[in-house]
Amino acid sequence: MKLELRGITKTFGTLVANDHIDLTVEAGEIHCLLGENGAGKSTLMNVLYGLYQADGGEILLDDRVQSFAGPGDAMRAGIGMVHQHFMLIPVFTVAENVMLGHEETRFGGRLDLPAARAKVREISDRFGFDVDPDALVDDLPVGVQQRVEIIKALSRDARVLVFDEPTAVLTPQETDELMAIMRQLKESGTSIVFITHKLREVREVADRITVIRLGKVVGEASPTASNAELASLMVGRAVELTVQKDAPQLGDPALVVQGLTVVDPIGQLVVNDVSFEVRRGEILAVAGVQGNGQTELTEALVGLQPRVRGSMRLDGNELNGDSVRSILDAGVGFVPEDRKEDGLVAEFSIAENLMLDRAEGAPFVKGGNLQLATLAEFAEEKVAEYDVRTPSIETKVGRLSGGNQQKVVLARELSRELRLLVAAQPTRGVDVGSIEFIHKRIVETRDSGVPVVVVSTELDEVTALADRIMVMYRGKVVGIVPGDTPRETLGLMMAGEAPNPEGAAA
Amino acid sequence: MSAQGPSDPDVAVETGSQVPPAEPVRRAEPEPEPESRWHRALREVATGNAIISVLAVVLALIVGAIMIAFTDERVQAASGYFFARPGDTFVAIWESVSGAYSAFFQGSIYNFRRPDFAAGIRPLTETLTFATPLIAAGLGVALAFRVGMFNIGGRGQMLMASAAAGWVAFSFDLPFGVHMFVALLAGLLAGALWAGIAGLLKARTGAHEVIVTIMLNYVALYLVTWMLRTPGLLQAPGSNNPKTPPMKDTAIFPAILGDGYNLHFGFLLAIASVVLVWWILDRSSLGFQFRAVGENPNAARVAGINVKAMYVYAMLISGALIGLAGVSQVLGTVTTGFSSGIDAGIGFDAITVALLGRSTPWGVLAAGILFGAFKAGGFAMQAAEGVPIDIVLVVQSLIVLFIAAPPLVRAIFRLPAPGSASRRPRPNVTKEVEPK
Repeated sequence: MKLELRGITKTFGTLVANDHIDLTVEAGEIHCLLGENGAGKSTLMNVLYGLYQADGGEILLDDRVQSFAGPGDAMRAGIGMVHQHFMLIPVFTVAENVMLGHEETRFGGRLDLPAARAKVREISDRFGFDVDPDALVDDLPVGVQQRVEIIKALSRDARVLVFDEPTAVLTPQETDELMAIMRQLKESGTSIVFITHKLREVREVADRITVIRLGKVVGEASPTASNAELASLMVGRAVELTVQKDAPQLGDPALVVQGLTVVDPIGQLVVNDVSFEVRRGEILAVAGVQGNGQTELTEALVGLQPRVRGSMRLDGNELNGDSVRSILDAGVGFVPEDRKEDGLVAEFSIAENLMLDRAEGAPFVKGGNLQLATLAEFAEEKVAEYDVRTPSIETKVGRLSGGNQQKVVLARELSRELRLLVAAQPTRGVDVGSIEFIHKRIVETRDSGVPVVVVSTELDEVTALADRIMVMYRGKVVGIVPGDTPRETLGLMMAGEAPNPEGAAA
Repeated sequence: MSAQGPSDPDVAVETGSQVPPAEPVRRAEPEPEPESRWHRALREVATGNAIISVLAVVLALIVGAIMIAFTDERVQAASGYFFARPGDTFVAIWESVSGAYSAFFQGSIYNFRRPDFAAGIRPLTETLTFATPLIAAGLGVALAFRVGMFNIGGRGQMLMASAAAGWVAFSFDLPFGVHMFVALLAGLLAGALWAGIAGLLKARTGAHEVIVTIMLNYVALYLVTWMLRTPGLLQAPGSNNPKTPPMKDTAIFPAILGDGYNLHFGFLLAIASVVLVWWILDRSSLGFQFRAVGENPNAARVAGINVKAMYVYAMLISGALIGLAGVSQVLGTVTTGFSSGIDAGIGFDAITVALLGRSTPWGVLAAGILFGAFKAGGFAMQAAEGVPIDIVLVVQSLIVLFIAAPPLVRAIFRLPAPGSASRRPRPNVTKEVEPK
């Protein structure tokens, strides 16, 4: 089915999320929608799916104008969506999930489960999905859950499928399998809109690429375009994609972690007997698919986890059991994974956020009094140094863009005397331009002799920054390998397969 | 489409700056307490726009005027022959409303019927006397609000503070000044500790402060009632009434404008508290941590702030401020001995005052004085014009209602919603296209 969007405009208050966007997806085409976070991709797709009503423009399917009052209309017209966060009910079986919302009943209002099962089997066989209709969704790996979403869409005869950032939660192998599925769907005549900001995937699978920036279509590109070309289209200027860094000047082991185990409130071992060390002047990147214990590991390092066993010694001092306050005072800088929730107070000004973890004592507090002049001076200096784009230091942090918010967090953490930097997902939800800046800062920190632990689920980031890479899977360390380990090896490790011997030897 | 909902454009705008973390594997968060929707709504109400507060008062006064007109007998009589002589009705309405509000003004600010200034200004001092406990208790509630807590235990904290201060004031013999100071201190301490129980339970066990403070109100009420009935504790010797003996002169707050006026030293303490709370919230390290915890307890915890300790400290200070309201009642306003009704609903009015004052110290000062005026003027209105005192209560309640509904106030006064664009509707035109 051919999908055409003409002049779609959508505004929220003064913000123009979509500004006259034109997009044509031919039948049997994989069309990539590329753009930074906040460029307006998701808004556009929500308009297409009937979740938002456009302020202007029209949607055409096979040259017929459509008007969608809600997702129901969109589904009936043949549009299916695979959301980034699966819309599945974990305690239902695959077949039950697939029939949800379109329950067919037999006499007496009984659910027609056999029909749903047959449908799942039929679609599953057609595309080689290998999905058991009677499996509980909760028991399935993430990649398979995503296939259930696809089956759900296909079972409603979707002929335009929208994939919204589908690879964010997948291992590299699962991503490859998804790509294969997408190609198969394309062969069968389904049109696919693939939303992403990962350049590699785009070039691998896309037939055509439309780049969106600040709510506008800024260009079309062919899949043969280089990463640099695509990135500069996305950002609007030339971007340096690789991080310039010299060989590390390794010092003594600074952070030594032995047998670290974190137990969550329901008694699961979320971090299981993890041991590693980081030397001065070294970046250890912790890789792994989201949710394999990396978050808890970083939280344990700064004392945020209540049930921690094992030892973490920084420069010989045991950190386990200390309060967050004393760990921060010991010189640990922490960039939390979720900056809005854990890193910043949105209602506070930039200046106030810059003193958030030094709310007691020098230099911002004297005799219980806030030193507002000192703080203002400090804030002006840091805003300039970290290139935080803001009208003033009194601006509330919640009003800044993601990249600028992260710069505020980074400015705060790096302006203390550090003996260790722990950065979790430092560039999540950050624009490409700021990523470049943040990476440079992290490498500078390393070069000043501070040991750095970076947690990232993005392989690009891991390989760009790491001197060594530790891969975690289900709370355990799969292996610690050199920074130049090939992506395929890392991908296998992220799926839980131990690395080959030469990798392990490093 | 991540975290966006169809009717939630704000969220859609926000997703620009952050990709919500995807969590395939169940991950139990070690958060202290995720902020509930109710709490957030409460906080927004508590820290709303200043103009909304002013307009809410205006609106409430207008509705109050309508009610005064409706309840006035002359208006009712005149409206009986409305179609014969409609002018009579309007004259009656005008007379009743203007009469009531002018009586209100003369009862709360300045009485023109008195010959000299000293007597004429007396209503204003009455207003300030009524305002004293409202300001103090309002500050207490506001401070707790700013730390993200809803202290509705004002009644219990006032009762405990009154009991402690009163007991010191009538049963000890101490020199002038010292006695007052000791009684004051005892009251502040009792209020602080009573609220501190709620703070401690919240910090230690996660018990919700709303439930705990409400329940502690009852505990305090019946505890004080029991003490008032028990000879040797609070009951006046040789009496069977649940009432204390009068306070000793050495402990009573001195009148600050001379004996002709009721305004007492407690008012100065309330003003000093305003400055103190302003300093705490806006200028001190403690207040910075308070506000950080109030706005985002997770970020505060990650930044090394002891969130649990902040809950306890905030409740202690909040309780002491509300305790000051209780002390000012027994040592300043009702010095002839008190019963279990000494709190006079101030603990609950304080919530309104804090809301109206947007939980800022200066706002609370203004709101407290306004509510003091309601009390002083309400009596005058009833005495002079026969307007039921209940109308004042209705006006007070309407103020809360309007403050709680900023969009309503904005709609009535046609104020722009914050962050909204022009109201000009965009044409949503769909052109017809011929199918091929």
